[in-house]
Amino acid sequence: MPAITYIEFDGTGYHVDVAVGNSVMEGALNNMIDGIVAECGGCCVCCTCHCMIDPEWAEIAGEPGQEEAEMLEMVEGRQQTSRLSCQVQITEAMEGMVVRLPESQY
Amino acid sequence: MEVDDHVVIVGASHAAVQLMISIRQQGWLGAITVISDELHMPYQRPPLSKAYLDGSVEEGRLALRAPEMYEKLDVVFKLGHTVVAIDAGTNQVTLDTGEQIGFTKLALCTGARVRQLDLPGAELGGVHYLRTMDDVKAIRHSAKKASRAVIIGGGYIGLETAASLTKLGIKVTVLETESRLLKRVASEQVSEFYKRLHEDEGVEIRLGSKVVALQGDGHVKSVICDDETHSDADMVIIGVGVIPNTELASEAGLVVENGIVVDEFAQTSHPNIVAAGDCTFHPNSLLKKSLRLESVPNASEQAKAAAASLCGIKKAYSELPWFWSDQFDVKLQIAGISQGYTGAVVRGDADESRSFTVFYIKDQHIIAADCINRPKDFMVAKKLILQQSTIDIAVLVDESIDIKTLIN
Repeated sequence: MPAITYIEFDGTGYHVDVAVGNSVMEGALNNMIDGIVAECGGCCVCCTCHCMIDPEWAEIAGEPGQEEAEMLEMVEGRQQTSRLSCQVQITEAMEGMVVRLPESQY
Repeated sequence: MEVDDHVVIVGASHAAVQLMISIRQQGWLGAITVISDELHMPYQRPPLSKAYLDGSVEEGRLALRAPEMYEKLDVVFKLGHTVVAIDAGTNQVTLDTGEQIGFTKLALCTGARVRQLDLPGAELGGVHYLRTMDDVKAIRHSAKKASRAVIIGGGYIGLETAASLTKLGIKVTVLETESRLLKRVASEQVSEFYKRLHEDEGVEIRLGSKVVALQGDGHVKSVICDDETHSDADMVIIGVGVIPNTELASEAGLVVENGIVVDEFAQTSHPNIVAAGDCTFHPNSLLKKSLRLESVPNASEQAKAAAASLCGIKKAYSELPWFWSDQFDVKLQIAGISQGYTGAVVRGDADESRSFTVFYIKDQHIIAADCINRPKDFMVAKKLILQQSTIDIAVLVDESIDIKTLIN
């Protein structure tokens, strides 16, 4: 299982293994990482699982889809590599990926 | 909080899972026992009528959390058991087996159950309700052999089910007693849209159709309405709403209205008992009224307040309600509660397209929005509802102006 590093806004880091095929969101929820709220559980409808992919991993994580991009347009603290973590599926190539979490999901 | 404390959680769905996570995060040291009448570990309910029913998501992907998480939380699950009584005086619950379990604190996450129709023929094979994973397993099993389905009830569950079964190649008829779909929850524009959408996708919609009987020989064959029309069916799904599971609470002497009455901290009328999720009747300071909601965001967010209360912390729950529904290629996102609106305006084309938003206005403020394939409008609507400023309707409906400019 690829090891993913989640860094909360206050700098707290979590290094956790996330199964291939799970989403970055599921990895956070299963490890009780608070910076991801995920009200809708991963359906790309609530926009409370915002994360910033570390720039060197952005290409591997890929570009947001259209509806994801529309919602990201409205999130607080959006960055160039912002994604909704429910839409980023873990692959073997993500071993060591770093994602940062925003101050708030609202 | 002490190590010999014991919280018993009744129910094992969205509210229960969030509650067990949140109490551990807030330092609960004692035991946690979860009692559920279902045999499954906690799973996501929203996909049941959508991606799980149409087969695009399988059971393994429905788990609400990975099993290891519950081990980390040190939670004991007692699955397949019903709580038959709460003794709020001696702090004990009694299970269907007769077993009694003492608690320091009790959390009622009992949810809701389907409203059943007392129809002749309701016991026939191929007749289903839809609430649990097992219900949907049975529906999927029936669907393998079915070519015609009748859905009784044109609410969100009925319509999502109609869309999912249509995707499986089944010819679907929806029977709704009211004069339009979604009458209880949506405006006329939205009702009209969903009628058009479903008819365009090949679903037959029959309004003003009250079902009086189901007929068949062991297995359902037809559905009979009060106008004596018959609809052929190999399977029937009844989706006519839910009833909150409040009996345990009321028998224990808790205050119950349309749901278990709780305050903004998810505290019931008993100091050792909290409640969260579909089963609660709770105040919302944004809406300035009490209400009962059937939604995952409500369950999860209210559970956080309930967990805080159990840990002696005051964390008020007051969120803007929101909902979503997936049908065919249409994603509906609903912000706020439209009840009591005095005007509705449309951004986009509600008559021909599959992308528009209906904003509900009261006293020149937006109180709710139904966003049809309009994720950005939804995000903006949530902000505009909370902002409570006088809205410029001309800008709101003018698609040449970026809707973001309305945010203060």
